[in-house]
Amino acid sequence: MAAASNNQPLLEVRSLRVEFPTRRGTLLAVDDVSFDIAPGEVLGVVGESGAGKSLTGNAIIGLLEPPGRVAGGEIRLEGRRIDNLPYEEMRKVRGARIGAIFQDPLTSLNPLYSVGRQLVETIQTHLPLSASEARTRAIELLKEVGIPGAEMRIDHYPHQFSGGMRQRVVIALALCAGPRLIVADEPTTALDVSIQAQIIALLKRLCREHGTAVMLVTHDMGVIAETADRVAVMYAGRIAEIGPVRDVVKHAKHPYTKGLMGSIPSLGVRSERLTQIDGAMPRLTEIPPGCAFNPRCGARGQRCLVERPDLMAAGTTRAACWLHDRGGVGPAVGKETVDA
Amino acid sequence: MLAFILRRLLQSIAVLLAVGVVAFSLFRYVGDPINAMVGQDTTMEERAELRTKLGLNDPAPVQFFHFIANAAQGKFGLSYRTSEPVGRLILERIPATLELSLCAAVFALFVGVPMGVYTGLYPKHWSSRLFQAVSLIGISLPTFLIGILLILVFAVWLRLLPSFGRGETVQIGWWTTNFLTWSGLKALILPSITLGLFQLTLLMRLVRSEMLEVMRTDYIKFARARGLTNRAINFGHALKNTLVPVITVTGLQLGALIAFAIVTETVFAWPGVGQLFIQSVQFSDIPVMAAYLMLIGLLFVLINLTVDLLYFVVDPRLRSQGGTARVAGH
Repeated sequence: MAAASNNQPLLEVRSLRVEFPTRRGTLLAVDDVSFDIAPGEVLGVVGESGAGKSLTGNAIIGLLEPPGRVAGGEIRLEGRRIDNLPYEEMRKVRGARIGAIFQDPLTSLNPLYSVGRQLVETIQTHLPLSASEARTRAIELLKEVGIPGAEMRIDHYPHQFSGGMRQRVVIALALCAGPRLIVADEPTTALDVSIQAQIIALLKRLCREHGTAVMLVTHDMGVIAETADRVAVMYAGRIAEIGPVRDVVKHAKHPYTKGLMGSIPSLGVRSERLTQIDGAMPRLTEIPPGCAFNPRCGARGQRCLVERPDLMAAGTTRAACWLHDRGGVGPAVGKETVDA
Repeated sequence: MLAFILRRLLQSIAVLLAVGVVAFSLFRYVGDPINAMVGQDTTMEERAELRTKLGLNDPAPVQFFHFIANAAQGKFGLSYRTSEPVGRLILERIPATLELSLCAAVFALFVGVPMGVYTGLYPKHWSSRLFQAVSLIGISLPTFLIGILLILVFAVWLRLLPSFGRGETVQIGWWTTNFLTWSGLKALILPSITLGLFQLTLLMRLVRSEMLEVMRTDYIKFARARGLTNRAINFGHALKNTLVPVITVTGLQLGALIAFAIVTETVFAWPGVGQLFIQSVQFSDIPVMAAYLMLIGLLFVLINLTVDLLYFVVDPRLRSQGGTARVAGH
């Protein structure tokens, strides 16, 4: 699987299941998801809202919001199983081995503490440094994330920073104890488009310099194409396709991925309309039997209605689609007519 | 910052003037002060003379000006009832009320806030549910009933604590204190609990709901993602963010504690200003009533001023805006 690395992967996720018990029965929000991240690699995770990408990220950092819970599978970091650690053990992993960046930099920082204090407390929680050593490290980090006048700005409060600057502070906070992996959940969604590219470039550069791997969760294919080494496309709680970013973007093998790529405008090609995928992703309560994508799929066959495909080799990527199985999709079935 | 304090001071003075109008109108409209001062056999001429001498024939604004000018110096005239200077009467009584209110406030803060934090952090735990249920009782039972129940249990049945009075007090200058004798301390317990119970439950419920809200915020989630200890998250990041509303309510309630100590002081025969006020009402002792009104107004204004200044200490967002923005509820 982990073609990018010959060594042991940094993160191994195996058959991860995340459940939400509700009054109307248990919802399976992440269903049998497996992937690896190699040291220093950037894995993009892309999908529509509700595809389970953020939940997968939260499960990895051990911060699923109740009643959500990991119902099955394993998560290993550097070979050590982390999905079943007691809270206190997992707390020591968070920040120190796995950092996290969330969507909204405006609300990620505590408004009542200076950024310096938040950096210093995080550093001192994980590293045996004195207050003044931690402060020195905090100033270096702020310089590294490109905050001008870091020596002075360290004592400022979050509301004195702009959105982009705050997300830089958040990145410094995620990196300050030297984690091996950063789970970045929509890190640029809340920012101005002009700032987004800067933040992504910064994140990419810092992680390369520190040798930190990144799991970049986003619904923005452009960000993924620019940043990621590999990409996993999620649909209805499962991975539809995973592979090197170039191959997935240019030669998608899963009909859903193809549709997704067709819906991105490209500068070179002039077209009247962008292609779109008819219908919408099913609710968790209404996932059809067989392949979850089958009601929207133009290439579906009898087999897609009854048998659920797992990831299988499809050229240079791996796709969960019977088109790439020796048995094929079976006799063709017309696409359901769904209003767009 | 300085401009803010000045503006606040001006507002405070305006508030006190408004209270002064109410206090002043007591003299003019609640009975005739001359009737209260003279005997039945005083002639009309003597009454008229007294009226002129006391300045009661002057135009109302002039009288009001004299009243405020005297009040500012702490002069409220003589009590109709005891013929003592009102200032001295109040000074004798105020330590009892302030000590009682202080103990009640400390009790409410140091029990109510931790209980609120606990029930906010573990809302589903059985003990949190118990606290919630008990707090409903505390919030709905009237103060006098709680006081009488406490007297029944601890003074009558168990005979552990005194049921009335301050016990032995120690005089320090003009201030008399309960804190230095054993019997004085024992006498404080029941009235403080009676007076503080309502504030305690109020604070507990306030802190609880604020904690529940803060624990859902992104910065708490991010603090967890940074691997901070629960202690740092709960008592550093979360509790501090609940402080602004807690300070507001504590401040207002501290004023209320002093003002509404009347009921508790009556139940426990506590020799404070509240009791003095009740006696004055019975005797239509207007100078005392007016002075009490002004005193409570002054205390409220001082407490609110302190609360406003505390906001600056807690919330850095106010400091940089020069105090133009008020704290909106979080």
